[in-house]
Amino acid sequence: MPTQAPWLSLAIWIPIISGLIVLASGSDRNVREARVIALIGSVAGLLVSLPLFYEFNSTTSAMQFVEMKPWIERFNINYHLGVDGISVLFILLNSFITVLVVIASWEVIQTRVSQYLASFLIMSGLMNGVFASLDAILFYVFFEATLIPMYIVIGVWGGPNRVYAAIKFFLYTLLGSLLMLVAFLYLYNKAGGSFSILDFHKLPLSMTAQTLLFIAFLLSFAVKVPMWPVHTWLPDAHVEAPTGGSAVLAAIMLKLGAYGFIRFSLPILPDASHALSGFMITLSLIAVVYIGLVALAQSDMKKLIAYSSISHMGFVTLGFFIFNAYGVEGALVQMISHGFVSAAMFLSVGVMYDRMHSRQIADYGGVVNTMPKFAALLMLFAMANCGLPATSGFVGEFMVIMGAMKFNFWVAFLAATTLIFGAAYTLWMYKRVIFGEIANKHVAELTDINGREFLVLGLLAVAVLGMGLFPFPFTEIMHASVNDLLKHVAASKL
Amino acid sequence: MKALYLIVPFAPLVGALISGLFGRSVGRAGAHWVTILGVAISFIASCMVMSDVLEGNVFNGTLYTWLISGEARFEVGFLIDRLSALMMIVVTFVSLMVHIYTIGYMAEDPGYQRFFAYISLFTFSMLMLVMSNNFLQLFFGWEAVGLVSYLLIGFWYKRPTAIYANLKAFLVNRVGDFGFVLGIALVLSYFGTLDYAEVFKRAPELATQTMELFPGTPYLVITVICIGLFVGAMGKSAQFPLHVWLPDSMEGPTPISALIHAATMVTAGIFMVSRMSPLFEMSESALSFILVIGGITAFFMGLVAVVQYDIKRVVAYSTLSQLGYMTMALGASAYSAAMFHLMTHAFFKAALFLGAGSVIIAMHHEQDMRKMGGLRKYMPVTYLVMLIGAFANAGFPPFAGFFSKDTIIEALQASQTPGAGFAYWASLLGVFVGALYSFRLVFFAFHGEERFAKIDAHAHETHDKENTHGHDEHGHGGSPHESPTVVTLPLILLAIPSICAGWLIGTVVYGNYFGDAIFVSSGHEWIAEMGQEFHGVMGMMLHGLTSLPFWFAMLGLATAFYLYILQPDVPGVLRQKLAFFVRILDNKYGFDDFNQWFFASGAVKVGTGLWRYGDAMLIDGVMVNGTARIVGWIAGVVRWLQSGFIYQYAFAMIIGISVLLFIWVFDVTALLANWTR
Repeated sequence: MPTQAPWLSLAIWIPIISGLIVLASGSDRNVREARVIALIGSVAGLLVSLPLFYEFNSTTSAMQFVEMKPWIERFNINYHLGVDGISVLFILLNSFITVLVVIASWEVIQTRVSQYLASFLIMSGLMNGVFASLDAILFYVFFEATLIPMYIVIGVWGGPNRVYAAIKFFLYTLLGSLLMLVAFLYLYNKAGGSFSILDFHKLPLSMTAQTLLFIAFLLSFAVKVPMWPVHTWLPDAHVEAPTGGSAVLAAIMLKLGAYGFIRFSLPILPDASHALSGFMITLSLIAVVYIGLVALAQSDMKKLIAYSSISHMGFVTLGFFIFNAYGVEGALVQMISHGFVSAAMFLSVGVMYDRMHSRQIADYGGVVNTMPKFAALLMLFAMANCGLPATSGFVGEFMVIMGAMKFNFWVAFLAATTLIFGAAYTLWMYKRVIFGEIANKHVAELTDINGREFLVLGLLAVAVLGMGLFPFPFTEIMHASVNDLLKHVAASKL
Repeated sequence: MKALYLIVPFAPLVGALISGLFGRSVGRAGAHWVTILGVAISFIASCMVMSDVLEGNVFNGTLYTWLISGEARFEVGFLIDRLSALMMIVVTFVSLMVHIYTIGYMAEDPGYQRFFAYISLFTFSMLMLVMSNNFLQLFFGWEAVGLVSYLLIGFWYKRPTAIYANLKAFLVNRVGDFGFVLGIALVLSYFGTLDYAEVFKRAPELATQTMELFPGTPYLVITVICIGLFVGAMGKSAQFPLHVWLPDSMEGPTPISALIHAATMVTAGIFMVSRMSPLFEMSESALSFILVIGGITAFFMGLVAVVQYDIKRVVAYSTLSQLGYMTMALGASAYSAAMFHLMTHAFFKAALFLGAGSVIIAMHHEQDMRKMGGLRKYMPVTYLVMLIGAFANAGFPPFAGFFSKDTIIEALQASQTPGAGFAYWASLLGVFVGALYSFRLVFFAFHGEERFAKIDAHAHETHDKENTHGHDEHGHGGSPHESPTVVTLPLILLAIPSICAGWLIGTVVYGNYFGDAIFVSSGHEWIAEMGQEFHGVMGMMLHGLTSLPFWFAMLGLATAFYLYILQPDVPGVLRQKLAFFVRILDNKYGFDDFNQWFFASGAVKVGTGLWRYGDAMLIDGVMVNGTARIVGWIAGVVRWLQSGFIYQYAFAMIIGISVLLFIWVFDVTALLANWTR
């Protein structure tokens, strides 16, 4: 194998180091420099993750771009990186969204600019680390470390109730992940002193052990996804978080939990996964139906989109636990698509919030009269949010429904209700906010999106449409890995 | 040849993109020229495709692979056979007429370019739908036409009624799509592919396979598939009880009412079922279901049209009724008759809608027929076209509607499928009602007393109904006058096929035009049997004069003539005498109120309840914050123990040592062990 540049390390450390440079660049006096450095850092982060896609060999399920260095030799903990067809897309998505968030915050954030941008860059590097880790402890460190910058972002730049939201977010997610560490230690002993995730995959485990480990993983990942009923931190966090925070939280951070299921729970604990699949499917369907109805009742736009996120993530967990190719690939596609769509929705709400300083639907009405370009873009994103064909939102939902039908008629039946609920809450919001006569003098004074905002939303629009019209490359890259995963899940470890 | 197929849908798309994205640079004229050019190219290409198809050529090929997952390939591709070629002609022709008409109708609208972009985009989507060779692309087109319909109903986005109607239309269609997606998912899980040809080839394998939806009650898989797919058709083709969106969709500009909500999009469901005939033919239950739904729609929705005063709503309810006829034809396995009625209906209903639009222009955007009357001498061309449309709609020979409708009614009479008896009577009564509302419209609006003069003073109030329109150009106070040529030309061009299109029946229905594109199983070949007795167009017309439907239609015409020409006071009296029934019809059988109360408000109430009591009270209140409170309480207790006073610690220590000593001295553990033994 020819020597490769350590692309994964670069994708992790370039954002982190540029984040530290931005931080060091100091106070609010030289915000311009901070913004430029942050932009360069984020673009560089995106550029170094592109080779992961171009040089990726989609014919094999083996880990690629592997890097391995001893870290804590006494416990056989390694700096072990690598990606397969499942994780590689998330690194790209994360690096892409980070660039957009940096651009989106350009003039919007005026206080503690360098700290704000540094938080996002560091968070981006850490999340790349989560997706690239092949060592359980390394994974755990990255997984937990991402909490800190997000906690700071919500707690410092957030809304009036930010402290409650930040602490709720932090405690909720931290509590869950402690049990994951316990699970790792148990697996470490079982594997004869190895923290390698790939070793865990081969480990024979009794049903009791699998069940207990599954519950431990479930608690940590379910909170992160979030699954019903441990979802209530998310609406609060979104409502209080600044726009960029909401975008990254929805687009990437929620994916960490779902990724955990597919990297740990399914392949390491196949028997428990099968035994508890009914439970998982039930929780997922509650997320789709119950949360769909709850979203209908929201009067705060961010809360509505937050609930819609939970409902869409229900499709992801549903897709995983029906154990067929449509379901799993659909769920992965849904994760990527939700990254684009939720980021776009939150950034769009941010665009309005920057002008009106309100997230209440009732304060709007007739925005299309003053912001036609924005209204057109938001229409596209709203349609993607209700899963209209030719947008990315359709692909994942469609595939998961197809997979669910293979599994059971009624599961597919309940999952397909999202066609109605998703359209109802999204388009009803759109109607009340965008359509109609100009509702008040604040709406009358709105100015349409500027070039910077157009760039951000336009890039997302291209992504949403591109993925909807031609999703082929996205699934092509994951086939081998998903097949391998399904083989792992099908093989009993008892 | 493949390039030609590509031109058909993509020429309108290019027009839509130019007009939509660069509307400001190309200007108003640029927008309508580029889109009309696109659609015209598409129409010519469709004609070329048709001539190729008539030579017996069929094309089935892939454009690109959309996705591969598991064992299935999802592709975008075309199936060009006689069925799709017919639809391509109908769609591009009506679309072209509507494009030209729009120049006149939307002349003063500030959203001119946007409107052209939308209707061209619609044409593209509809063509992709009919040209598809697989279920996935069908669904793409299906949803895309739904989207454009949503955008166009809400075209005048300032009007509260318009933005209510478009949301309603989208959501009701989504209910249909819900069934449609389940049907598609079943097809995929039982056949492993979504390709039409492959699915139809392997359909017989499923003939006896059952699935248990509820434990202990097996259903034929094919029946569940067909009913799922048909629920989709019920949404799109506005069949009872998912018809509620179509009358409200009249909030959109009239050209799209003609194009989308009469001629093309709403017939997508009819086309889809005809396309799926190899599947539907295998399920007698599904066909019965279709017959009953179609029968209910054809008769009861026609009845509502009789009490409407809004000229567009009369035509809208008449569309519902005619769609019911097509649906019944599907249920009676008379797919070719359904497709034929689809075609003739596209022409005469587009003529009726565009004619109504011409009236609306002349009346300065007044749609209430009570404020019209006597218009025939002011707008002779429009009057003539509307009269032709009414004759065609009511099914009088030699107009187009007669041939298609009569064939359907005869097929219903011949059909042995359960439900056909009900459908037959519904169709006969529907003919009476159809003639009644058609001629009521014509007589009410174009004959009798000129009632518009009285309302001219109030014209200003009604202008804002279709906002921003150029009333200045039309002037005030003057009498209504005929519309400009861009409006009347499409009317005339549509009136011609409204008369003559029916004469093609010998080829299209009885001449086995569709060939292999439509499959009819051996027990259901009633159309073929009727073909034995078909001896030319003249013979059919003569036979028609002695048959029941003709006399029902005559009765309807006579009733309308009596009520609106001879005794114009009687309808008012009847309304009072029959107040109870009129109220039921005015409330459209109460569906709107029920849906609003049960589904719309109900869902929001349930959602609010789940949110308040599930999320906020139970999960957050009890579990999350409850945990926090318990932790806080324990911390409080522990804090109380750690008071920081040395004497309290010393005292606690002394107690502890005493207990330990006590245990050690009296050997409590041994005592306890003995005692428990």
